[in-house]
Amino acid sequence: MSDFKPQIVLFCCNWFSHDGADLAGTSILHGAPHLRVIRTMCSGRVEPSFILRAFKSGADGVMIAGCYAGDCHYMSGNYKSQRRVMLLKKTLPQLGIGPERLKLDLISAPEAPKFPSSVNEFIHEVTELGALNVAKAGAN
Amino acid sequence: MIVTTQKPLDEILDFISPYKNILIVGCDGCTQPPRGIREAETLSQLLDLGGKLRNKEFNFKVNTLVKQCDSHLTAVALKDMIDDDVEAVLSLACGLGPQTIAILYPELPVFPAQNTVFIGAEEREAGTIEERCAACGDCVLGLTGGICPVSRCAKSLLNGPCGGSQNGKCEIDPEKDCAWALIIERLEKLGRLQDLEAIQPPKDHQAVARPGKIMP
Ligand code: SF4
Ligand code: SF4
Ligand code: FES
Repeated sequence: MSDFKPQIVLFCCNWFSHDGADLAGTSILHGAPHLRVIRTMCSGRVEPSFILRAFKSGADGVMIAGCYAGDCHYMSGNYKSQRRVMLLKKTLPQLGIGPERLKLDLISAPEAPKFPSSVNEFIHEVTELGALNVAKAGAN
Repeated sequence: MIVTTQKPLDEILDFISPYKNILIVGCDGCTQPPRGIREAETLSQLLDLGGKLRNKEFNFKVNTLVKQCDSHLTAVALKDMIDDDVEAVLSLACGLGPQTIAILYPELPVFPAQNTVFIGAEEREAGTIEERCAACGDCVLGLTGGICPVSRCAKSLLNGPCGGSQNGKCEIDPEKDCAWALIIERLEKLGRLQDLEAIQPPKDHQAVARPGKIMP
């Protein structure tokens, strides 16, 4: 395997299982220096334009982590997020960007310990897909 | 509401590729799904990304208008949005939007980002938007229990149902309700089933001479 290290942006909801996020912090970050974690107050805060901006700025994969269905702190943010991701997954291929480069994970508290492996899995998948050749110049 | 779907990004990119400074305008009016400032912003990001993949750099200004088909409102608001730098406008409104802007700015290229598909209403439960009126110019809702057979019956029958109505579904598409089954159900509830007996003459397709024009 090549030593390609994908750039991954992870939008992480503030409220979904703190343990999970902490675990992720310790067990993933060491292994993946190209992972950028951005904390938002809710997965619903992550507008499509944020995701697109991440890709435009050179991300090879974007992941969003939010609360499990029914557990969103703001009631419906995670459902909005689900809808948006679904629509974006349909739109991105029009630009030649595979839908696999975008992942939404809604995690329940008991499943929190599995979160790091879900992120690692995503990093692995994106590594397999290879670099997304969005010209790196002029990104803002 | 006027229902639109977004054009393929490649088509939009082809339109705008000759230009760099482009104004993208949403419409806060009746168009559905919403095509306001958020959607305009998202589209600008998508096109930015698409441009990068084509090695093309755009400079977008993003804004929205109250009702693009209102030429007065649009003229006033566009004055502040269009300066000498703007080379083209991309509109997220229904087909009326680009046409209104084109008249206001004859020298500026205006492109549609949407395909205008029908006049529809929201079905909240199903989470869909469905066609409900075909602007036929001779409304028959008074005879059909408030359900439009012109837009909802696949054959636009005025004396339905046809023989293909099966268990309330249409033979053309078993996913879709037979409009006439709905009409009968509704008339029954209203105690007006006798309305069905009246034979409707063939529709006058000249009720609106196209292109339509009225004095408001
Ligand atoms: S321009 Fe079209 S979408 Fe916008 S308000 Fe007018 S009719 Fe509705
Ligand atoms: S009959 Fe149907 S298409 Fe004709 S005006 Fe009425 S609602 Fe619209
Ligand atoms: S608060 Fe966590 S997804 Fe909304």
